Amino acid sequence: MIESFDLSMVNWARAQFALTAMYHWIFVPLTLGLSFLLAFFETLYVRTGNEEWKRITKFWMALFGVNFAIGVATGIILEFEFGTNWSNYSWMVGDIFGAPLAAEGIFAFFIEATFFAVMFFGWNRVSKRFHLVSTWMVAIGSNLSALWILVANGWMQFPVGMAFNPDSARFEMQSFFEVLLSPVAISKFTHATSSGFQLASLFVVAVSSWFLLRKRHQEMAKKSIVVASVFGLMASIFVAFTGDEAAYTVAQKQPMKLAAIEGLYQGDTNCALCAVGILNTDQKPGDTGDPYLFAIKLPGALSFLATRTFDGFVPGINDLVYGNAEQGVIGVTEKLASGRIAVEQLALYKGARKQGNALVAETALAEFKRHEGNLGYGYLQTPEEAVPPVALSFYSFRLMVGLGTFFPILFILMLVFTLRDTLENKRWLLGIGVISIFLGYIASEAGWIVAEVGRQPWAIQGLLPVGVARSNLTSATVAGTFFMFLFLFTVLLVAEIRIMLKQIAIGPEEK
Amino acid sequence: MFKNICHFYVDGFRSMVLGRTLWKIVLIKVVVLLMLANFVLPNYLNKNFSTDQQRAEHVLDNLTVSLKPNGN
Repeated sequence: MIESFDLSMVNWARAQFALTAMYHWIFVPLTLGLSFLLAFFETLYVRTGNEEWKRITKFWMALFGVNFAIGVATGIILEFEFGTNWSNYSWMVGDIFGAPLAAEGIFAFFIEATFFAVMFFGWNRVSKRFHLVSTWMVAIGSNLSALWILVANGWMQFPVGMAFNPDSARFEMQSFFEVLLSPVAISKFTHATSSGFQLASLFVVAVSSWFLLRKRHQEMAKKSIVVASVFGLMASIFVAFTGDEAAYTVAQKQPMKLAAIEGLYQGDTNCALCAVGILNTDQKPGDTGDPYLFAIKLPGALSFLATRTFDGFVPGINDLVYGNAEQGVIGVTEKLASGRIAVEQLALYKGARKQGNALVAETALAEFKRHEGNLGYGYLQTPEEAVPPVALSFYSFRLMVGLGTFFPILFILMLVFTLRDTLENKRWLLGIGVISIFLGYIASEAGWIVAEVGRQPWAIQGLLPVGVARSNLTSATVAGTFFMFLFLFTVLLVAEIRIMLKQIAIGPEEK
Repeated sequence: MFKNICHFYVDGFRSMVLGRTLWKIVLIKVVVLLMLANFVLPNYLNKNFSTDQQRAEHVLDNLTVSLKPNGN
């Protein structure tokens, strides 16, 4: 098994980034969703004047504070990793990412310095309404803060609103609004934040279920479950809609990712969606056999998802790699030839500029401009390198969707039995409720695996493969820091879970 | 106004219970992570080149010299 791993520098750098991003993503979705749940709890307190809602708000606010404190600074490591392991990439995108990341920093600073302080320190010091506004501002601000990061990520998946400067080797922003309002950025933001709402609802359900199993703080637990289940159910519906929209966007902008997610090798019209299946891992690009050892398929569903018509053509990996003239699909083979011209002309332009040969430089630049849209393909050795890891994308997607289908059922059951006042007797359901937070994290992380593994080999879709985005470092250097961060994050995570569990065990303040 | 805001923060920090522990965690974590990141994750281009012109040349060299996409 071990010999199948490619232990090159770029893979260590990818593993390190994946490790840090997945660790960071343990805290972010909970912050995004729990902040809104706090706002709902406090709104109920202000509207009803019932002190129990205030007690509930303060309990969940303490857990929000713990999550925020233990999650802080983990994202900074990602930015350091850009500069160390991905220096070519970070140089090239500096102009694009500068604006969104600066906006994120400003948002985060002002919200954290003002509204966070009022939310935590302001009980009994400011009016009820001002405190409530501050809690809402924390929720809105935290989610807006996530917008900018997701805009940057969306740009990597679908680079728009920019032009490549061959003198500075940088992508320069031409239209901020084109970057901000790109369909990929919008679907990333709506899907990622709503999945965060779902995860936070599962967190509240899980902790409350634990209280009910232990017969502690039962009134608070049931009230919390009602609010979290309603929010979680609404979020689940929204996640389904945004997920569908995200899949449609992927089909339009990153068809190779969709083909990998589906394990679809031969494109077809009236294409079936594989609901559940086992992949034939021997299948390679160019093979025309059945890619599944077992599959339950929904006829026409993939065509509808990708084209909004049941008989639309969905390209498979073979069509995208080798081309399909009949369906008008340009293959990687053709793009690779165009990309190599772009690389050659860029080299020619660079040399001519250095030698002061203006005429050659001008001709080379004009030729480069004709092929620059395929620049990234020029670095691939073979067309098959444009295919992302199929099995990991395929199974992660099904794990995410399967769990995403289970969660609304759980929220409905929790809501129904709480409203009937029989939830305490349903110990099996409470047990599932406790476990559900782990399932929520699995679904959430699987979603990012689909998004990021599915776009390989690209750091910037079609323009920069990860092998060129990297720094000129040795494998040993990056492997060393990978294990160091693996150890550090494991120690921190264990310590942080203990703090969270201790705070949960303490429970809400006495009446 | 300014004095009231200062009092608000000072009183808030003084009356913290759980927050005191959390602030310690935040500060220790930020210091440890930043020191570690600075030490083991130096900015490659800033460390090896002194001007933006040199950095741009280096990246352009990498873009125009054939690299194996899977590294090394």
